[in-house]
Amino acid sequence: MRREAPQKLSDYGPLLFPAGMLIVFFVIPFATMIAVSFFKRDPAGFYSTAFVFDNYARFLSLFFGKVLGFSLFLAIAVAICCILLAVPFTYLLSRASRRTQVVWLVGLLSVLSLSEVIIGFAWSTLFSRTAGITNLLVAIGLMSQPVALNPSLGAVLTAMVYQALPYTVLVLYPALVRLDPTLTEAARTLGASPIKSFFTVVVPALRNTIMATLIMVFIFALGSYLLPQILGRPQHWTLSVLITDQAIYQSNMPFAAAMAVFLVLVTLALVGLTLLAGRKGEAA
Amino acid sequence: MRDILNAKMSRRGVLGAGAAGVSLLAMPSILRAQEKSLKIGVYGGYFKDSFDKNIFPEFTKATGIAVESVAEPTGEAWLVQLEQAARAGQAPADVSMMSQVAMLKGQATELWAPLDTGKIKNASNLLDRFVNKYPDGRVAGIGAVAWYITLVTNTDVYKEAPDSWAAFWDPANADKLGLLALVSNSFLLEVTAKTFMGGTNALDTEEGILKTFEKLAEVKPNVALWYRDEAQFEQALKSGEIPMGQYYHDVTGLAAADGHPVRSTFPKEGGIQDSGCWALSRASNKVEEAHVFIDYMSQPAIQAILSRKVGTAPTVKRELLDLTDAEFAAVSSDIEPIVPRYDLYQTKSDWLNQKWTELIVG
Repeated sequence: MRREAPQKLSDYGPLLFPAGMLIVFFVIPFATMIAVSFFKRDPAGFYSTAFVFDNYARFLSLFFGKVLGFSLFLAIAVAICCILLAVPFTYLLSRASRRTQVVWLVGLLSVLSLSEVIIGFAWSTLFSRTAGITNLLVAIGLMSQPVALNPSLGAVLTAMVYQALPYTVLVLYPALVRLDPTLTEAARTLGASPIKSFFTVVVPALRNTIMATLIMVFIFALGSYLLPQILGRPQHWTLSVLITDQAIYQSNMPFAAAMAVFLVLVTLALVGLTLLAGRKGEAA
Repeated sequence: MRDILNAKMSRRGVLGAGAAGVSLLAMPSILRAQEKSLKIGVYGGYFKDSFDKNIFPEFTKATGIAVESVAEPTGEAWLVQLEQAARAGQAPADVSMMSQVAMLKGQATELWAPLDTGKIKNASNLLDRFVNKYPDGRVAGIGAVAWYITLVTNTDVYKEAPDSWAAFWDPANADKLGLLALVSNSFLLEVTAKTFMGGTNALDTEEGILKTFEKLAEVKPNVALWYRDEAQFEQALKSGEIPMGQYYHDVTGLAAADGHPVRSTFPKEGGIQDSGCWALSRASNKVEEAHVFIDYMSQPAIQAILSRKVGTAPTVKRELLDLTDAEFAAVSSDIEPIVPRYDLYQTKSDWLNQKWTELIVG
């Protein structure tokens, strides 16, 4: 198939629908949110139209800095865990028989059908003292008594990785399937061990895909607000949890909007930096 | 056929018919004007189920007004939705049950349409403290039900019921508590003040509040769960995963009646009393029906049904009710309750919220 640049104005026609949807469902709500973030908060009631920086000023404190820092740390940790698990897994999957591949992919897709709520409550049961997995360890004599594994950072991380892993695999899968098998064969012929050829040939060849996946999972994890709440202690609450508290429970829309705008800006900046670093690395 | 097509129809007639048709389509309310209805917001889950089963059908039978019940979220989430909708001239529910903090916040923005007590004869049955008024005396809301937040425990884990809120501070209870996550619905500042500072007057000054926060901070190592979602804690309490905490007296009583190993105790410092008001959104055009409904709900007989079936404490005077002493004791207590300092959540809400978040997250 040959791709041609659009010649006439009417060639842009097919773009109208997605563009319209994007404007109605993303650009307009986002612009509203930015506008609201400058509105004046009325603590006794709601908010009034104004142009003030109070909401941003309140956010710029050590406390919120720490919460933001933790949210970013958590999202990066989830992204790295997902990549570490998914790249070798998907590589092996792409070398497996057609049948095995289909079974695994269907299984992964079915995980996607679970909502965050179900994932959260399921893991909280698995990690509980009364019904959780430690009871199995007690039964086979590895532990003397069952313990609660949540609330803890490990519990939050596990559930978030579980939630993001199918996306990671599904994004990596096409690239790995298309990877030229002669590359690894050449490496093996030249005497590299399978593990060595994986790290020196497969991983570098997939550098861009891995980077893009990393960014996708990072952004996906940054928005998580239910899992840290169900499985974590208050110090594991992400900025998204506090945004929800402000918007839903404190009826402080302007402050919630300001925090959300700030989160988006920081995310964009981080993604920009990553891409920039990637380009520099390629040029070198 | 041709005659019909050629029939003379004046230009004015066509325009008129068109306009009438359009306005009919635009205002479906006219089409079903003969059927009176009311959208009523009550807390979703067990509360709404009880109302749907025990209250609304009887109301429709008595008044001919059909009820569409709407499940509303607890806390201020519903207030935010009503407020946003009212700004756009919409009312997701005509009448809603609102907690005190939400009532007061709604009053600040005139969200609640003033009620005419002349049309609500039974309003005189109510205890004065359950009638919410605007500063100029207009009535903003009429007490629907009162409820208590008490000290709850799992009976398998705690054979003896604790008798004081001080149990929350006991180092023996490390990682055993489930507490409400927000300053404005947990009322733990009031509990701390009443238990350790001699009363909620300790919260009169900012210094007093900060000292109370300091005392409250000591409870943190004991807390396994700060919950926003009630189901989350209720489940953990029933299974004994989190065997102690604060929870609603009515729902706990029902769970115990269902055979779950839980109990609700009024501590010697008193349970936390909160109440819900019926309030009418200013965007609603069902003013008449709303008054009929609120009047109906304020009858002593209906309040007694609520106490028996839903487990809430009545908002009408005790002497008007036919509740037995045992029935009354099941939903209330003679111990002086801890009454939340609602004024603080209006005047200092953001400051309190900031300090609270720093306390539990920091």
